[in-house]
Amino acid sequence: MKGKIKFVQGNEACVEAAMYAGLDFFAGYPITPSTEIAEHLSYRLPQQGGKFLQMEDEIASMCAIIGASLTGHKVMTATSGPGFSLMQEALGYAVMAEIPAVIVNVQRGGPSTGNPTHVSQGDVNQARWGTHGDHAIITLTASSHQDLFGITVDAFNMAETYRTPVILLLDEVIGHMREKLVVPEDGEIPLVKRLRTSLKEGVDYHPYFPREDGRIPMSDFGGVHRYNVTGLYHDMWGFPSDNPRLVHDLIRHLVDKIQNDRHVITRCNKYHLDDARTILIAYGSAARSAHHVVETSRREGQRVGLLELKTLWPFPHGLVREKCAKARTIIVVEMNMGQVLAGVKQAVDNPESVFLANRIDGVLIKPVDITGIMRIIQGRGV
Amino acid sequence: MGVKDYIRARFFPHIWCPGCGHGIVLNSLLTAIEKLGLSKNDIVFVSGIGCSSRISGYVDFHTLHTIHGRAVAFATGVKMSRPGLNIIVPMGDGDALAIGGNHFIHAARRNLDLTAIVMNNRIYGMTGGQFSPLSGYGVKATTAPYYNIDHGFDIAELSVAAGATFVARSTTYHVKQLTNIFCKAILHKGFSVVEVLSQCPTYFGRKNNAGSAVDMMEFYKNNTIPKGSKAKDENPDLIERGIFVQKKLPEYCEEYDKIIKIAKNRS
Repeated sequence: MKGKIKFVQGNEACVEAAMYAGLDFFAGYPITPSTEIAEHLSYRLPQQGGKFLQMEDEIASMCAIIGASLTGHKVMTATSGPGFSLMQEALGYAVMAEIPAVIVNVQRGGPSTGNPTHVSQGDVNQARWGTHGDHAIITLTASSHQDLFGITVDAFNMAETYRTPVILLLDEVIGHMREKLVVPEDGEIPLVKRLRTSLKEGVDYHPYFPREDGRIPMSDFGGVHRYNVTGLYHDMWGFPSDNPRLVHDLIRHLVDKIQNDRHVITRCNKYHLDDARTILIAYGSAARSAHHVVETSRREGQRVGLLELKTLWPFPHGLVREKCAKARTIIVVEMNMGQVLAGVKQAVDNPESVFLANRIDGVLIKPVDITGIMRIIQGRGV
Repeated sequence: MGVKDYIRARFFPHIWCPGCGHGIVLNSLLTAIEKLGLSKNDIVFVSGIGCSSRISGYVDFHTLHTIHGRAVAFATGVKMSRPGLNIIVPMGDGDALAIGGNHFIHAARRNLDLTAIVMNNRIYGMTGGQFSPLSGYGVKATTAPYYNIDHGFDIAELSVAAGATFVARSTTYHVKQLTNIFCKAILHKGFSVVEVLSQCPTYFGRKNNAGSAVDMMEFYKNNTIPKGSKAKDENPDLIERGIFVQKKLPEYCEEYDKIIKIAKNRS
């Protein structure tokens, strides 16, 4: 990979990637530990003719990016725990109205104000089920700045492909850690352009009528097609309807467009999985410690592997089941009370072989914490 | 074009109750747009939730029916990303000033070029007649069965204090004045607020023995006076109509363009 080499924070890497992906509208409200994303974008966006807005709160931020996305722009907001909670209603609106947007949540401890400056991975389930109603959602994460760069570009690409909000779930350590980042050359990572309708002015345009491939061409607000956008159940013209068949079909469409493409959306890193007796499953900064454990255990002759998830939702049940089929012990490493653990237990044939290695005290889970739990599980003492 | 050319006729009849003032507001607003000769493709209606907010479904413009209280925030994103569009934000009193109060005052402070219309019927209509922040002291509502002890806002004073550069008030009785004010508000470069006193005979009227829709409009006729009238000194309960503020201040999109110029020069 050629390109510019930088030494940056994760939050900066996220900004660089968003700019690379074509971000040109950001609205946000500062909150630790995501603040640097807003700060860097306030500097970077106007240089490219883009807009940065500091709104009065997170609710307004989410609403403003939806408005801007409708006019044809690539949009993003960034926040942390409590701010993410505030965004949930408008996030549901973006799901319902099928509006592309990227929402970055650099997680902090919770519930409530919790632990602003410390690491946590407690928002996995909020990302999935935070907004009300049945819906599907895409949630991505990363453990290194290079991966973070790629996954941020992926987030924009998926948002445009599926006409949906995509959540980028980072954690404090990733956001604030500094390490090397190679910014790819232009064109090195393909970018998805929004699918726009080719219908001419005056032709009846259906903003919510899927093509055969399931994708729905959009028309920019302010363009030649005047249509309605609503958070209510709506027909193919975007007008409110409570017709039972239509309501049913709409919910199915919102869920199926993402669930049916799970194989395309699923991203992961695999380390020494082929012969592994013990498999660690981790994501975000916890995956860095887990990776260290795998490397040191391997040197000691232990058959340990790591499955690092980069797609958290839709949960990659198939991938987890396949990779864990031959393992005796599966240890989910995360900094919460077991939010991905639940998905792994659902996925595997022997849920009783799945254990949790966690820290919930605002301190990064260290390799020694993981090895300690491994020793207990393996009956080798503490 | 006639006013009818601006509506989506297939969505009529509308959902508003007989006697509701919102139809008059719609008519007056479309008359203003017709007078100004604006292109349909250049107009965006952004509304929140409530009886008033259904207005966006009825008009043949770009229409965005959002979530409760957040219309101004959505509109901010639309306007900032496409400054050439005319953005009209029709809201109810609860929508604009209870749940949406924060967005309302901050949009006024920024002086973003939006036309905010508060269709003030002093009640939550769609949920069945609960009191709103504009109901006022002593009013009865389904959630104020004895009487309401919350004091109301004065929308005009609030908007002026928050920094809106165009502030006006009229009623559904004074349709000509209302149309005239809408024209000025839409043309105004900056955040404009138009408060329209609009009757809700179904809930406000019935609970408060205000009579029929006609009686309620008679009330607007007899209890409002042009801004600056001396009658206000004798009877402070009279409500002033007209333009309260109309001033020039830098508009937000134009200000941001200056930031872009500076940023590009430095990079």
